[in-house]
Amino acid sequence: MASGMPALPLRLDAVVKRFGALTAVDGISMEVQERACLGLLGPNGAGKSTLIRSIAGRVRLDSGSIRVFGHPAGSPAARAELGWVPQELALYPLLTCRENLEAFGRYQGLRGKALSDGIGWCLEWAALADRAGAQVKTLSGGMRRRLNMAAGLVHRPRIVLLDEPTVGVDPQSRNRIFEMVAELRDQGATVIYTTHYMEEAERLCDTIAIVDHGHVIAQGPQAELVAESFGSRSDVLMRFASTVENAASWAAARGGTLEDGAAHFAVEKPTDIGPLLDAAIGDGLEVIDVVLRRPNLESVFLQLTGRDLRP
Amino acid sequence: MSVMPAMMAAIVRNGFRALRRDRGALILSFVLPVAFFSIFGMIFGGMGRSGTPRVSVLVVDEDRSEVSGRLVRALLQEPSLAASTRPKTKKGGPVPPDYTAAGAETAVKQGDVPAALIIPRGFGAHPIALGPGGERAPIRLLHDSSDPVAAQMVGGILQKVVMTALPDTMAKVGMPYFEKYSGGLTPQQRENIQSALTRAPNAPSQTGPQNGTGFVALEVRDVVGEKKQNSMIAFYAAGIGVMFLLFTASAAGGSLLDEAESGALDRILSARVSMTTLLAGKMAYSALLASAQLTLMFLWAALVFHLDLFPHLPGFIVMTAATAFAVASFGMLLASVSHTRAQQASISTLIILTMSAIGGSMFPRFLMPEAMQKVGLLTFNAWAIDGYTKVFWRDEPVLHLAPQVAVLIGAGMALFLIARRFARRWEYS
Repeated sequence: MASGMPALPLRLDAVVKRFGALTAVDGISMEVQERACLGLLGPNGAGKSTLIRSIAGRVRLDSGSIRVFGHPAGSPAARAELGWVPQELALYPLLTCRENLEAFGRYQGLRGKALSDGIGWCLEWAALADRAGAQVKTLSGGMRRRLNMAAGLVHRPRIVLLDEPTVGVDPQSRNRIFEMVAELRDQGATVIYTTHYMEEAERLCDTIAIVDHGHVIAQGPQAELVAESFGSRSDVLMRFASTVENAASWAAARGGTLEDGAAHFAVEKPTDIGPLLDAAIGDGLEVIDVVLRRPNLESVFLQLTGRDLRP
Repeated sequence: MSVMPAMMAAIVRNGFRALRRDRGALILSFVLPVAFFSIFGMIFGGMGRSGTPRVSVLVVDEDRSEVSGRLVRALLQEPSLAASTRPKTKKGGPVPPDYTAAGAETAVKQGDVPAALIIPRGFGAHPIALGPGGERAPIRLLHDSSDPVAAQMVGGILQKVVMTALPDTMAKVGMPYFEKYSGGLTPQQRENIQSALTRAPNAPSQTGPQNGTGFVALEVRDVVGEKKQNSMIAFYAAGIGVMFLLFTASAAGGSLLDEAESGALDRILSARVSMTTLLAGKMAYSALLASAQLTLMFLWAALVFHLDLFPHLPGFIVMTAATAFAVASFGMLLASVSHTRAQQASISTLIILTMSAIGGSMFPRFLMPEAMQKVGLLTFNAWAIDGYTKVFWRDEPVLHLAPQVAVLIGAGMALFLIARRFARRWEYS
């Protein structure tokens, strides 16, 4: 700021939020560059929602600070710059699409032409122009999701928080939502996107932050995260016939693990698959399926957060 | 067939398990009926004491004779009456003068008491007669027909008091009858005596002047409702209206909980709307809705029940605005103290029905025991009904609504501030 550089869309400094004995956010610091799309991933109870709500100005921090384009989170200026799309369908079910957009536009202080322009843009963006006069309760699940997104953006914010926007929608609506996010980015918005669907984050986000136990445990572009966790290794997945009884010990003896009935091995080169197959055949194990897989975001996520169920 | 009882048992068990964990349903099922029963028990059962509540009556002695003095003293001592001859003495103040006939009439018109007895000049000369006619100066019974029971009771009790307080006068008046009717005591004479005596102790009728149907001649006059068509309908419009207003305000306030549960509240507060603005907006909506409801109610009363709405428009507007404001803030408070919509619905039902019962929406307060009437003043219903009654029944000027308006607006503001305080829990987590 002092150097005259434009303020970052989002800057978090040592953010801490506690609920009684539970520390939901434990000293997270982060910067998000303009026009970036940050994927915020984490298991249930990791602290994602508290972090998102903190950025939206809905949480009183115990310590640290959050700035939105240089303004303290929750300040009127920050609220004007930020559009929050909550996970819940936070709409008025008895009002029409247009009336909902008008209501949330007015809550953002819009009036006159700015309001009508915002509503018009939202209806087009969410592909709901032909349903503008329909009551929300008559819309399909996908349409409601899209309207839910639009209601958070009617004031055309420069930074958008999307909290699991594709929950419970069909593939067609999900694709449409992806297109909407892409369109937002094309128009220069900075996007923070939380999801439990790794392929969404891979497709939409150029930076990933994995949150667990209130900390950011990994952050960076997806390729970097994969390289950091797995190097150049690939995952070999081998399934055996049901008659094979000693698969677990056989896999363990070769540095692998047996998970969900399949043996997993990490190999440096794709050609390393050959010796494994030869060994299995040599030991009399009937192999019915072999897959060579490059580690992806899900592999990184499970590697870092573990496979144990979360509450 | 054999699994059917087991399935039914499972359904019953599930019902009780769900009920046990649903506090709202538990309150509605068990607390509300007992609370209601208790309230009506207190109203009709006199809070553990049996007997009819005492009727308040003012007594004005214009005669100042020895006979009228004895009658006044007897009336003051009559246990079924709360009789008084002068306004209550203020603490440390001088003893106020006795009521005049005009002062007593004003007090009845203002609703301070339901009835007044005026003992006229000349009463002592011919206080009673055992039959119709005669030269008796009639006692005037002024009453407010909004309390249809009081005049009947006062008239009847007056006849009884005369019999017990003026035995010598009774004897003096009775002797000529005895001499007239007992000489020889022919069957015809005996019949005449019987006939005269059986006609004696009649209570006054509620309507129109009455002369000579009791020991004491009584002239009954409705000083409030005599020129009115059907203005007591305002009492019922206000009573029922306020009760439903409270339900409406509770539902309107409950939308806050709907929005909290749907996430819309979070979204609204993440925009540029403050909690105070949100609450004030919700309250304004609720108050406007309540005003519209009351207006419709009174318009209907004017159209169908011939209520004189338009001549009383200023008072109606003032009372409606104050009542709507108070109930709207009450709705906000109910919403802000509740944690779920289900909880709010059950708490609201319990409180609103209780307030309506003791506040006079279901049963006129003036017919309740005195203690219950005082408890009723803790409700919006009582103040609103009192105000509307002043406007439509007593034709009082708008300025006289100051106590009711002050209480409704003051309580409304206090409840709004409390609601705002409770609503802090939604502001930030």
